[in-house]
Amino acid sequence: MSTSTRAPEQIAARVKALEAIMIEKGIMTTAAVDRLVEIYENEVGPQLGASVVAKAWSDPEFKARLIQNATTACAELGIGGLQGEDMVVVENTNAVHNVITCTLCSCYPWPVLGLPPNWYKGPEYRSRIVREPRKVLREDFGFEVPDSVEVRVWDSSSEMRYWVLPHRPAGTEGLDEKALAALVTRDAMIGTGPVHAA
Amino acid sequence: MNGVHDLGGTDGLGPVPVVDSEPVYSAEWEKAAFAMFSMTFRAGFFGIDAFRYGIEQMHPAAYLSSPYYEHWVHAVEHYGLSKGVLDEAEINKRTQFYLDNPDAPMPAREDPDLLAFVDGVVKAGAPAGRPSDKLPQFAVGDLVTVLDSSPFGHTRRARYVRGKPGVVELAHGAMIYPDSAGNGGAEAPEHVYTVKFTNEELWGAEAAEPNGVVCFDVWEPYIIPATTSQKAA
Repeated sequence: MSTSTRAPEQIAARVKALEAIMIEKGIMTTAAVDRLVEIYENEVGPQLGASVVAKAWSDPEFKARLIQNATTACAELGIGGLQGEDMVVVENTNAVHNVITCTLCSCYPWPVLGLPPNWYKGPEYRSRIVREPRKVLREDFGFEVPDSVEVRVWDSSSEMRYWVLPHRPAGTEGLDEKALAALVTRDAMIGTGPVHAA
Repeated sequence: MNGVHDLGGTDGLGPVPVVDSEPVYSAEWEKAAFAMFSMTFRAGFFGIDAFRYGIEQMHPAAYLSSPYYEHWVHAVEHYGLSKGVLDEAEINKRTQFYLDNPDAPMPAREDPDLLAFVDGVVKAGAPAGRPSDKLPQFAVGDLVTVLDSSPFGHTRRARYVRGKPGVVELAHGAMIYPDSAGNGGAEAPEHVYTVKFTNEELWGAEAAEPNGVVCFDVWEPYIIPATTSQKAA
């Protein structure tokens, strides 16, 4: 078992070696790699989650269905799939602020947020967000949650995938779904940031 | 296993390296490393629980200091070697070739079925829910305690919730049991619950941040009914 870290060119060459071997063994192709890569670069990302949030803010009946069963509600919009087979949306209120993490690996709701940012997968966030979430939110994300609001951290230890329905900010009353969606950030759906009116 | 991957509550790792924006893949090699997961899954290398156990068997120092997708490469190699599909000497030889010839192309091969699989699996996923004859032994609102033992092998029973009392918050139905499937066993579905723990129960009154809880998912064998003495403890 290796304790040393590989230099970047070593990793790159080793991955190429593995890819080449597995292409020859019928397991991979470069076209399939390119397609999978492209899906999460261009098609599946936080813009999908933002569209769900905007719809929930605009349509109370949809919001009720989303809270009841996020998987089927998102499926109404054609959103769902890998790493979001069973999703739960947790709603921020005046009493509760939700944050998601995965302390054991890097579980994340891909169909609505895309692939996670590096910090979400790293040891700093995963170790601290369950132990000192207010401090992490304040010092690392510049986001102060008042002591009167409960901080509820969802550690995604099973195949359930949690994500946050943020507060609709004041001053967005006249906005349509598209304009609302543009305000919703990835971090707001992780729970590490607020949504600001434009 | 009591591994370094089980990070919840570990101190001293420093600030979260937040950046304003970053590409979806931080390096070119990450693209193939990312893609290997679903393609070797399809090839029968592992299920997701075994995949995670492969990652957990990295050396702790390497786990903490390597780029994220190198974890995935480690798991692919681990199972490829153990299944006899990959060969260490061959990997090393080819690695040297690409070190010496970084612009050398990949072998050419087409596989329309694999391409269709990629789009199909992204859309459909691989659900972990399974039918089960077992009746759930717990219900929302029940007071429970997480088993305090330290198993070897793969488990999702993180150290920071072991022995802790909490309240069942959600019930999700039966799903593949990682402590079996991740260790080479059957899917052996068990009921899954979300249990809510107060910060005070997890970290003690002195260290706990005010007004906070952690919700953590458990499989039924992880929990027992909370006894009066455990609640009082």
